Amino acid sequence: MSGVARAGLTIDIIGGVDAAQPIAVVPFGWQGPAMNPPQDIAEIISNDLRRSGLFAPLSRSDMLSRPQDGTQINYRDWRLLGTSSLVIGRMTAADEQYTIQFQLFDVNRETQLVGYSFTVQEKELRRIAHQISDIIYETLTGDKGAFNTRMAYITSKVWRTNNVRYYALYVADVDGHNPQLVIRSRHPIMSPSWSPDGRKLAYVSFENRRSMIFVQDIFTAERRRVAGFKGINGAPAWSPDGTRLAMSLSKDGNSELYVMHVASGKLQRLTDHRAIDTEPSWSPDGRNIVFTSDRGGKPQIYQVSSHGGKPKRLTFEGRYNAKPTYSPDGKRIAMVTAQNGDFRIAVLELDSGFVQILTKSRLDESPSFAPNGSMIIYATEYLSRGVLAAVSVDGRVQQRIALDEDGDAREPAWGPFLTTK
Amino acid sequence: MNALTRSLAVLLPVVMLWGCTTTPSPVDTDATAGGDAAMTMGDGMADSGMGEGIEVGGVQGAGEFAGDPLQDPNSMLAKRTVYFDFDKSDVKSEAREIIEAHARYLSANPSVSIVVEGHADERGTREYNLSLGERRAKAVQQVMSLLGVSNSQLELVSYGEERPAAMGHDEDAWAMNRRVEFIY
Repeated sequence: MSGVARAGLTIDIIGGVDAAQPIAVVPFGWQGPAMNPPQDIAEIISNDLRRSGLFAPLSRSDMLSRPQDGTQINYRDWRLLGTSSLVIGRMTAADEQYTIQFQLFDVNRETQLVGYSFTVQEKELRRIAHQISDIIYETLTGDKGAFNTRMAYITSKVWRTNNVRYYALYVADVDGHNPQLVIRSRHPIMSPSWSPDGRKLAYVSFENRRSMIFVQDIFTAERRRVAGFKGINGAPAWSPDGTRLAMSLSKDGNSELYVMHVASGKLQRLTDHRAIDTEPSWSPDGRNIVFTSDRGGKPQIYQVSSHGGKPKRLTFEGRYNAKPTYSPDGKRIAMVTAQNGDFRIAVLELDSGFVQILTKSRLDESPSFAPNGSMIIYATEYLSRGVLAAVSVDGRVQQRIALDEDGDAREPAWGPFLTTK
Repeated sequence: MNALTRSLAVLLPVVMLWGCTTTPSPVDTDATAGGDAAMTMGDGMADSGMGEGIEVGGVQGAGEFAGDPLQDPNSMLAKRTVYFDFDKSDVKSEAREIIEAHARYLSANPSVSIVVEGHADERGTREYNLSLGERRAKAVQQVMSLLGVSNSQLELVSYGEERPAAMGHDEDAWAMNRRVEFIY
């Protein structure tokens, strides 16, 4: 089984943003009671676009002018700066309501590509900025943007007041802002998984002194235990239709994969092997499950039909490949791969078997795709702390995600597209 | 030199006297204490944890620990952690001696049960490490059951990499974290 070799290249990406599209997002005009607007909309948009790896926003200090409406644009200046796209906007405030207008221009053709106006309350301003980023992204790339989405993640920190370590599950905007507590515990919490409608999280909690799987509605905080069998209850993963959870249970001897019908609690066993079988991830069409198994002696990635059957090995390079997760188009899987003792995020092309390593640190783990497949968030170590980071799916742009909380952050899980009213 | 011999001559009888008078009538104990001593005593333990119903004899003369072997800092039973290699669950030879000591104690005290807690270092993925921690705990359980410990005396729990013993991010810390702990 492990004797089968497969040709495949492993490439390290060395950064650089040469292929990124130049764009300028001019600071938005402001009319309101305060000296400065409560949010710098243009900066939020610039950061979103830069993080995608597809855009290189012009620095403000390089801007020759700061137009606030179409008549003020000197296209020649922007062409001189090599800017092909230009975003301008205005924000006004009255009676606690904020009106934001923005326009996107094609500098070379000197035409407006898109323009919108929104009226919202102050707490919605960041969300509107992310929606504008989504509109710009979709207009210029043809793909849906995923900036107005959320992530779940785990934190672990020792409270100074009582010197006790607490574990918490948070949901925040995917740029790290607006963290909201889902659950906090003195016992470890791990492995958050989003339901496809973005309403529920499945996760593992040790509150009963061993691992058990819970499902919680993130809006009502209603929670229930779905798996508390003897042994390990771990690695919950929602099916794409939201009716089932794949999981790893050791109730029958050692870690095996099962699929649970959530409403009835009915279990179907998928694997039967004395090795470890864990970390399931569903293909977007729900037909297959990829998972980690060391049945070949070392942890590698396998695929099995979601109805069971004979697993097929997918990874052959390297001594440690684990925690696979399907891309939204089902063509790739992201995973953790060991390289000379360092753990990195890699992407495997399922058709070709081609593996590309995307990250460069020592302890990278828990990759999670954006719902549009453009980026991957993951956990890494920086200055001896656990932090979250994002990498564009081509590996060109990496950045750390700043969080308000101190302590360690880990296990980011990128949520689905938000269905807006 | 002279001073030392003199003081030893004074001290020794005192130690012996203490050993004779305060040890509650030892029955058939041997010098290494541990499981053999406990085996002949006691009728099980109370829920409070340990000690009740067990009387273990100290040894005449040499000043060894007199009390429950679980409390003896020089006993193998004082060692409550065994360590593993990366991504491995094979019980290493240095761990075997510790596991055997606990196994002897447990088979001599069938009413005592312990938690066997498996852990992993932070390298690799979290759920795989959760399973790896369980596999390590099971490897220890297997050795113990070969030595006569009933599975009902062992509660197996894995914390994976979620509860490290050492907080660093280097091999020194990782070596401390790849472990199985015995919790009495």
